[in-house]
Amino acid sequence: MANSDLVFVRQEISESKPAPSTVRGPIAWARENLFSTPSDALMTILAILFLWWATPPVFNFLIGHAVWPGADVTGADCRIESAGACWAYIWDRMNFFIYGFYPRDPAWVDQEGFFALVMSYWRVNLVFLIGIVLLVPLLWPDLPYKATNALLFFVVFPVIVFFLLNGGVFGLPEVPTEQWGGLTVTLIIGLVGIVVSLPLGIVLALGRQSKLPIIKSLCIMFIEIWRAVPLITVLFMASVMLPLFAPPDVTVDKLVRALVGVSLFSAAYMAEVVRGGLQALPRGQYEAAAAMGLNYWKSMVFIILPQALKHVIPGIVNSFISLFKDTSLVSIVGIFDLLNTVQSANSDLNWGSENQAVTGYLFAALVFWIFCFSMSRYSIFMERRLDTGHRS
Amino acid sequence: MANQDATPEVAPKASFFNDPKIRGIFYQVLVAALVLSAFYMIAVNTAANLERQNKSTGFDFFWSTSGFDIFFTLIPYGRASYYWEAFLVGLLNTLLVSVIGIFFATILGFLVGVARLSKNWIVSRLAMLYVEILRNVPLLLQLFFWYFAVLKAMPGVKQSYEWLGAIVLNRRGLYLPAPQPDDKFIFVVIALLIAVVGSFILRHWALRRLEATGKRFPVLWTAIGVIVLLPLLAWLLSGTHMTFELPVLAGFNYRGGLSLPPEFMALALGLTLYTAAFIAEIVRAGINAVSSGQTEAAQSLGLKDNDRLRLVVIPQAMRVIVPPLTSQYLNLTKNSSLAAAIGYPELVSVFMGTTLNQTGRAIEVVFITMLVYLTLSLSTSAFMNWYNARVSLVER
Amino acid sequence: MHKKLVSLALAASMGFTATAAFADTLEDVKAKGYLQCGVTGGVAGFSAPDANNNWTGLEVDYCRAVAAAIFNDPDKVRYTPLTSTERFAALSSGEIDVLSRTTTWTMSRDTQLGINFAGTMFYDGQGFMVRAADGISSAKDLSGAAICIEQGTTTELNAADYFAANGMEYNPIVFVAQDEVFAAYLDGRCDVYTTDSSALASERAVKTSDPSEHIILPEIISKEPLGPSVRQGDDTWLNIARWTYFAILNAEELGVTQANVDEMLGSDNPSIKRLLGVEGDFGTPLGLDKDWAYNIIKHLGNYGEMYERHVGPNTAIGLERGINALWTKGGIQYAPPVR
Repeated sequence: MANSDLVFVRQEISESKPAPSTVRGPIAWARENLFSTPSDALMTILAILFLWWATPPVFNFLIGHAVWPGADVTGADCRIESAGACWAYIWDRMNFFIYGFYPRDPAWVDQEGFFALVMSYWRVNLVFLIGIVLLVPLLWPDLPYKATNALLFFVVFPVIVFFLLNGGVFGLPEVPTEQWGGLTVTLIIGLVGIVVSLPLGIVLALGRQSKLPIIKSLCIMFIEIWRAVPLITVLFMASVMLPLFAPPDVTVDKLVRALVGVSLFSAAYMAEVVRGGLQALPRGQYEAAAAMGLNYWKSMVFIILPQALKHVIPGIVNSFISLFKDTSLVSIVGIFDLLNTVQSANSDLNWGSENQAVTGYLFAALVFWIFCFSMSRYSIFMERRLDTGHRS
Repeated sequence: MANQDATPEVAPKASFFNDPKIRGIFYQVLVAALVLSAFYMIAVNTAANLERQNKSTGFDFFWSTSGFDIFFTLIPYGRASYYWEAFLVGLLNTLLVSVIGIFFATILGFLVGVARLSKNWIVSRLAMLYVEILRNVPLLLQLFFWYFAVLKAMPGVKQSYEWLGAIVLNRRGLYLPAPQPDDKFIFVVIALLIAVVGSFILRHWALRRLEATGKRFPVLWTAIGVIVLLPLLAWLLSGTHMTFELPVLAGFNYRGGLSLPPEFMALALGLTLYTAAFIAEIVRAGINAVSSGQTEAAQSLGLKDNDRLRLVVIPQAMRVIVPPLTSQYLNLTKNSSLAAAIGYPELVSVFMGTTLNQTGRAIEVVFITMLVYLTLSLSTSAFMNWYNARVSLVER
Repeated sequence: MHKKLVSLALAASMGFTATAAFADTLEDVKAKGYLQCGVTGGVAGFSAPDANNNWTGLEVDYCRAVAAAIFNDPDKVRYTPLTSTERFAALSSGEIDVLSRTTTWTMSRDTQLGINFAGTMFYDGQGFMVRAADGISSAKDLSGAAICIEQGTTTELNAADYFAANGMEYNPIVFVAQDEVFAAYLDGRCDVYTTDSSALASERAVKTSDPSEHIILPEIISKEPLGPSVRQGDDTWLNIARWTYFAILNAEELGVTQANVDEMLGSDNPSIKRLLGVEGDFGTPLGLDKDWAYNIIKHLGNYGEMYERHVGPNTAIGLERGINALWTKGGIQYAPPVR
């Protein structure tokens, strides 16, 4: 159909124009997400007002007016009226916060420089290093030899930690646990708690699911009693009652007592998490395992537990997070964990200033937050990876 | 299980030791024996240790004079009081801070949880920030922060903040005017009770009527009206006079009025903020658990927005929310025991701390303390089971 | 014996340390090669870690003296910092061998907790500290005050008694850890800080930025005989604990000091001869060497020297000897003779 009325025919495609700003782009996004309804707009304005009111003082305290390392070590800079957080104090006492009263290696003590400082605490730092080397591949999903790795981390590593830190073998001078402290102790309690409470929790959960009445009722009693009482009473009990329960010629190390308390306490919570996973498995799995002619332990180890635990990895990690936060309670029974070192350094008069205590607590909070937050992110990451669509 | 030996002609018979029943009994006897012997050992050791330490035992200390004072009590208590009164003071203080913490944490938690689901980007980010910070820092640390760090920032007694001459805030706590009702005030309370009960009956009736006839009745406004008006009427008719006792600076400190010490404030604040973060997550998960199909179904039935929430979404969300919520309440109650570290005289501090030290009866004191928490926990579980039974879906 | 082996094996496997039967603490201490001593978390002048994390103080010196008597080496001591609330459990469970932690000797503790007090290292009394700015001059003006107290101490009970006896109101704010008690006072949570007056002086000297801002009121409201204690049921060990303390007192009375102890070996005074093991043998009945007291004084000096070194008028704490002077100098420190 030829059309002779044509006056103009475009020879090339015209440039595409950007979408109107009300459909895409920042303004549209704001309209969509901040001002979609009048009440929404009001909330946005209130929130912005709140931020406008709260951000500057917080920012100034934490960063703007803060006293950074390199300041006067007499703490004079922190005593100025307008000074914010005294980070210089944290930096100055960092050794104490990380290692507590742990004795330094005499060979390196008198030397200057950062390397010598690291080397003077070589025993603790070696423990950290081994821990990182073992932990990273364990958390990395696609790496092989997971079982060996887990065995190394959960069984061999704690033994290494004990011998390295406690000494008394291979010519290492013995360091009693009273001298362990700071972040080191917090991490040790966390590690031991995890290593002990996970297997114990699994055993308790299996016991609670068992058809044998005596075992079942014992497990239920154990779990419910521990879950009912606050951890602080458990720790008090561990420090007051355990010595009474032990034979008259046995004394239990203070740190070990706290470890026993924390581990048993966490095991009860872990047991409930694992039980949730066991209950979530369809009956067919149990029946299939039985049909294969596997006995109880084999069917548990090869069929049931791998699936059940996979289901509850987020729950397990949440328990680990609670456990790690709960380690701070040992400061009440007089163990020098991170929180306790911060508490006692707060009365350090050399740095005495208005903001000393706040800074100390903020620092401790930041350390705990980094650990707990990364654990929770890791758990979300694993949950997405393991989501094989078999959720029933 | 039968043996899987390669002799198919003969039906394999389980040997005596492989019979699951026999095995079960054997394992149980073994475990029971182990547990019993452990308990026996503990009992023997404890007895030997107590004997060696020449310690007296028994619960008779409950009826001896305590000899110490407690600064924050709900019941009259002094140094001449008995230990069982000290125990009661601690228990009541635990319950007080728990109830207050639960009340505020629930409100704040629901607000933050709903805010996290808000379409408004800033609001949901702020809520997320709140939850992620508060959830990942140990409660004890937060309590120390509120108590030691914030206390420092408060003014001294002489420089107190005062509002309206009635509310005072300083390093020693918060002072509120204390209402002093006279004996006629009871009528107002009775009127209030009648109004509340009446509102519930009204709601029930309105729902029945709605289902029967489809006619609506403005229940909420009516209820609010009744609850406000009836006590007001009682107030005017009974001629009661409410006086307020104001806090007055006397010597070292403000006297009179209702005083809340900083230990209590720090603990209530810390527990509230911390638990609210968890409750917010529970609420968010509960609302997310209601599938969008439910919302769509409700809309297609032509339910109004608030009806849809009230009749479809919230009841289903609550079924998911309530069980973890109750365990958060229990956690809050248990966490109140951390007050021992900041000097608020609750059960653990007064009883497991001071009493245990002054009497030396470790076993008895720890046993009773654990029994208290066990009771709280078991009653919570009982409530939860009852609730679950009541709301669980009746499957066809 | 078999049972003991089993318990030893069990203990070793679980990170417990088995100690020999309590009946013989001395053998046990000799076997492990050090003395385990319970101290405070930090009261300057009595027991506190210094800048190099070495424990120092009058009570620490007592532990070092016991170690010197046993091993001839005052450094063979390990310290367990304890809170007030856990100290007695730590002693009776055998976690520590001797408790030297500003502990008041009271009848109920002596008779009901299964411990024995070895003596009174320091005669003390409970006092009150207030801020100078508050204009308080007497404990009688403390009505209505908020008072910071450490939990599980005699202090708590004495305060209750005192205020009840004087018909005054007060608010006791009680904390578990000593640091927290003082921190709360400094933060202005309390008007008054109360504990033994020696510790008041110590805290004021070391933990305040300006000691002159705080005054210690003149009233002393209690008797607080502070001394080391050991478990009941081991008389030899009690004797060692007791005579270690008597030895340093006797040394001061006889004028034997760290500086002159070697020339005093040649002294003609029979009392000095007996004390230093030159004449007679008083060490063996204790299970120690003949020159046990010589070793103590050689390493640590006498009681007066220890006092001067840690809490005396020339230290930051600045406590006069007062009633802690020897009985010959108007005080009440008096030791039975070595003979």
